[in-house]
Amino acid sequence: MELLRVDNISKSYSNHQALSNVSMTIPKGSIFGLLGPNGAGKTTLIRIITRIIEQDSGEVYLAGEKITPELVRKIGYLPEERGLYKKMKVGEQLLYLARLKGLSRAEAVSKIKEWLKRLDLTEWQNKAIEDLSKGMAQKVQFIATVMHEPDLIILDEPFSGFDPVNANLIKDEIFKLREAGATVIFSTHRMESVEELCDHIALINKSEKILDGKKLDIKNDHKDGTFIVTHEGVLSTSEHFDLLGASETEHGLKQSILKNKIQGGPNNLLKELIKSVEIHSFIEKIPTINEIFISKVKGGNHE
Amino acid sequence: MNKIGLIIAREYLSRVRKKSFIIMTLLAPVLFGGFFFFIAWSATREADSKSIIVIDEGQMFAEVFDSSDGADFDYSSFSLDEAKEKVIAGDYDGVLFIPQLSVDNPQGVSFYGTNNPSITMVRGLSRRLEGELENIKLRNSGINKEVLESLKADVDISTINLSESGDEKASSSIGATGVGYVAAFMIYMFIFIYGAMCMRGVVEEKTSRIIEVVIASVKPFQLMMGKVVGIAGVGLSQFILWIILSIGISAVVGGIFTDGAKEMQKAQTEQLENLDVPQDDTQLAQQEATDSLMADFSAAIESINIPLVIVAFLFYFFAGYLLYGALFAAIGSAVDSDADAQQFMFPVTIPLIISIVSLNAIINDPNGSMAFWMSIIPFTSPVVMMMRVPFGVPAWELGLSMVLMIGGFFFTIWLASRIYRIGILMHGTKVNYKTLGKWIMMKN
Repeated sequence: MELLRVDNISKSYSNHQALSNVSMTIPKGSIFGLLGPNGAGKTTLIRIITRIIEQDSGEVYLAGEKITPELVRKIGYLPEERGLYKKMKVGEQLLYLARLKGLSRAEAVSKIKEWLKRLDLTEWQNKAIEDLSKGMAQKVQFIATVMHEPDLIILDEPFSGFDPVNANLIKDEIFKLREAGATVIFSTHRMESVEELCDHIALINKSEKILDGKKLDIKNDHKDGTFIVTHEGVLSTSEHFDLLGASETEHGLKQSILKNKIQGGPNNLLKELIKSVEIHSFIEKIPTINEIFISKVKGGNHE
Repeated sequence: MNKIGLIIAREYLSRVRKKSFIIMTLLAPVLFGGFFFFIAWSATREADSKSIIVIDEGQMFAEVFDSSDGADFDYSSFSLDEAKEKVIAGDYDGVLFIPQLSVDNPQGVSFYGTNNPSITMVRGLSRRLEGELENIKLRNSGINKEVLESLKADVDISTINLSESGDEKASSSIGATGVGYVAAFMIYMFIFIYGAMCMRGVVEEKTSRIIEVVIASVKPFQLMMGKVVGIAGVGLSQFILWIILSIGISAVVGGIFTDGAKEMQKAQTEQLENLDVPQDDTQLAQQEATDSLMADFSAAIESINIPLVIVAFLFYFFAGYLLYGALFAAIGSAVDSDADAQQFMFPVTIPLIISIVSLNAIINDPNGSMAFWMSIIPFTSPVVMMMRVPFGVPAWELGLSMVLMIGGFFFTIWLASRIYRIGILMHGTKVNYKTLGKWIMMKN
């Protein structure tokens, strides 16, 4: 079931086209990766979804309804450029933001208490933001984004500025939020986190969407029959495969990267290999999102 | 509480709780009190006494220089050279040398001193010489001293306002000027101080990028109005505290001061009685004149429609601040730092500066056409109208000015919100007047 549908959105600024006819659907309960190089239009799209700016054409639907200012309240948005009132105390700041988002005072107070405990910030409650480290301030901002239990959470580069420990803490919270029924949109150009977290992705480059779907489907679509083989003995390019690279492992074995030229499954290739060398391992090389991203973006640039 | 209320509360509390607010609030009345004390003290203290040797070769001015005006005159018969030496030695501050003068062509009077004498003193000396020469001339033409005295005339014009109901009220332009000037100046200061505070607040909000976090839940307009109104509350609180504290401090300082003055007077009278010297008639007359001036002044203050002044003050205080505060907020939203704001500040502050500069002209002719137009046009009316109100302004003019003022701040708030909604999200764009125009015209 879809939670958010973006339908043919276009937006141009005075001197350039930021988005042209972008459409995508985001399934309920998914963690959706919105990928693209800097300046591709990710932030513009998010700002249109959150109604910070108005699109030139197209529509955004949240749970089947055209998005309105009231519906935007069901969205929690963590902007890429973090912002909090520097002189305000952590607790007061969260209370103010929670109440702006429509929580009652009592609700807000109990939520804030719970979240500060979860993210290990309780003792910082009465400190001003300017006295906090960058990572701690970001945790505060993360709380501000999610504490009103939005249906849709949009995180723009959520891990920048976090050390690995805190990044993991936030990652766990994202999974917990999904379990609690939230849908997460994740805008980033850091591919490792996408690989780990997302189940759906969309790739935007130069104002256009060039790819979207389930992460696994996309990966399968981009398999090109490359295998990594560790073996004893020598392999060379033949009618069955191209040798793309070769190296030696620390155990004295050879590792070769082969591109399959035989029709049919990996077994056929394996049969050919067994004839000439002793196989220790045989792995199909599945492209990483990073590789797909780079090949798509570069390909796009060459057009 | 609705959202704009939350925003107002935050803007208000975050400022009122700042140390700088508390310090300013406590310190300013002390400074005001000190200021008034200084004025009162410097107005009543006597100038440092000077001792001056008079060499009067013609013996014409023997009685002219007595030691009454803060200087001791010594008619000792030094020669000019001896006197100069005494001045150089530091025994005296100066030598007034009057050669044998011809009444028709008085030439050659000189003053010798180690440093430049003050203009007031030189003028005083020459006025006395001139006066005595005039007397001599009048006597020479046969007019005796009694006739001379009786020729002097002193006329005070008391100004009375006619009102339609036929009441005649004593008025005093001095009182009206004082009240008007203070009110106008306070409005000017308030708009400037709190307008700038508005602008800095918006710039801070913009650079801290909080805006994207809250904009999903509030409209830019709410955010802007919340800030403008919240800061108005800060201004009002500070202002009220200042008035209370100032009155308190002035009362204490004033009390000490009046007591001191009374005691001094009492001592003086006693001294005179003891000496059994009848008080000089002119001194008595002077005393009476001062008393009646004071009475006039307080009567004039009473003649001013104080409730109207207060209502008008509060109205122009807020309306003027809203009008300019919205523009200042718009400027803040368009720039990335305080420094960039200067170029936009200038045209906004020009009407304010013009109105404060023109106050002197308004005082001279509080019901003239310039005063009329400047008190009708919304950008100059807060300051200029406050100057005019104590003098009495026709009701329709005040009404028209207020209606236009309300229209004016609705207009600037609308204009500012058009700029604000775009500007607050723009970073790193070089903004000029053309882009501002584009933002205003841009549909949502």
